[in-house]
Amino acid sequence: MSIPLTMKGIGDGLLVTVPEGTWSVVRPSLLQAIDERSNFFRGAYVALQMADRSLSAAELSRLRDELGEREIALTAILTTSEQTRVAGADLGLALEAPRSSLDQDSELDPIESDLEGDEAVLLHRTLRSGHTIRHPGHVIVIGDINPGAQVVAGGNVVVWGRVRGVVHAGAAGNTEAVVCALDLAPTQLRIAAQISISPERKGKPRPEMAMLKDGQFVAESWKHN
Amino acid sequence: MSATVVTVTSGKGGVGKTTATANLGTALAEIGQRVVCIDADIGLRNLDVVMGLENRIVYDLVDVIEGRCKLRQAMIKDKRLSDLYMIPAAQTRDKTAVSPEDMVRIADDLRPKHDWVLIDSPAGIERGFRNALAPADIVLIVTNPEVSAVRDADRIIGMTEAEEKDEPKLILNRVKPEMVRRGEMLRAEDVLDILAIELIGVVPEDESVLKASNQGVPVALNGRSKAGRAYRAIALRLMGDELPIEELEAEGGLFNRLTRMVKAGGQAA
Repeated sequence: MSIPLTMKGIGDGLLVTVPEGTWSVVRPSLLQAIDERSNFFRGAYVALQMADRSLSAAELSRLRDELGEREIALTAILTTSEQTRVAGADLGLALEAPRSSLDQDSELDPIESDLEGDEAVLLHRTLRSGHTIRHPGHVIVIGDINPGAQVVAGGNVVVWGRVRGVVHAGAAGNTEAVVCALDLAPTQLRIAAQISISPERKGKPRPEMAMLKDGQFVAESWKHN
Repeated sequence: MSATVVTVTSGKGGVGKTTATANLGTALAEIGQRVVCIDADIGLRNLDVVMGLENRIVYDLVDVIEGRCKLRQAMIKDKRLSDLYMIPAAQTRDKTAVSPEDMVRIADDLRPKHDWVLIDSPAGIERGFRNALAPADIVLIVTNPEVSAVRDADRIIGMTEAEEKDEPKLILNRVKPEMVRRGEMLRAEDVLDILAIELIGVVPEDESVLKASNQGVPVALNGRSKAGRAYRAIALRLMGDELPIEELEAEGGLFNRLTRMVKAGGQAA
């Protein structure tokens, strides 16, 4: 009977937690546990969670080779031990989990910012007829806002898609609010207390940003500036 | 074997839900499938008329739910096809006589002995629609190429998503190819642009549909009807056949594409 292995998927690899105990005992049992799951591990990128275990460069190098024989690439060592960190760095191993994976255990702090109106809600979907989103901050949509759908935001509305429904930015009276979309053809566009109807489109859709200038609606090409 | 439950719905009334249900049921039964069609439009039943079975009704859906008869007794056998049945809606009651749980239970009772259970949903987004949607494995949305019907279809798709059903499939009904060619009617492409779901069939406008409904003979039985052919094709696609959608190809033919390109080019210049 082998030891149970604690592991989880991170990015495109695996994070395996190395059990506690004497290294001379832990190392073979770790390898045995891996061998019993050889099909699963073959070809994997593995990061090892070592906690405060101290390992020399030689010990770590040997482990890397032993994993290599099993067609497993050791990519990173997570540890709080200074000695192991140095050893890992010498071997060219990463000392943190791949960036592509946010550690699910770590909690993100709520927004820390002195800027006003930073909070936004992100909707990664198409808003269909009958859907209504109201939010005091900004609203970001990745998808379309179909006819009959409505977005009401205290701040800006940014849409990576087509706008066909009703959009109201700066709904609490902010005349500085803007509405951006890849294809801006709303049934009705409102900023603060102003209401506008889309002009008939000529030619191909292009990304636009609508805003108020001197109380009048203007739509400018939405591009980097 | 267990039946697949298909709910035919639309949001807007009058787009052809009942006709679609009757014809798909007929087309499926004709290729040897065991089919039950349920009219879930309590208070405004129609499916019996379109299928020509009105005079055979003894018991209805509400009778089953309230225990006045067995499910079997409310199933009316089709005049022509031996494995096609219809359960009529009650005419004297309203939608509150049925609950979503009732519909799930009835569908589950029907599953073992049939291949398909087709449910004709009432128009609207209220209780009747929710009843019809509850047991669905597949949701078919019927719409017409007009802005108001598409708007309602979009709303229904959103509500179907909220119920965590699989993405519905679309039947575009009553398409007039002539008007599409003249640019006076929404093209399938325009409708799909908004709804963004899989198209399972395009049914052309066909006078034989109205005639057939009045006579109680589903048009799918008529070999010469274009609409009938379209419904038979949809039935095959439900069976997993990957038939191309002919009507769509006609619409997007090379000549049309060229015309559109010329038009678009003219506008830009």
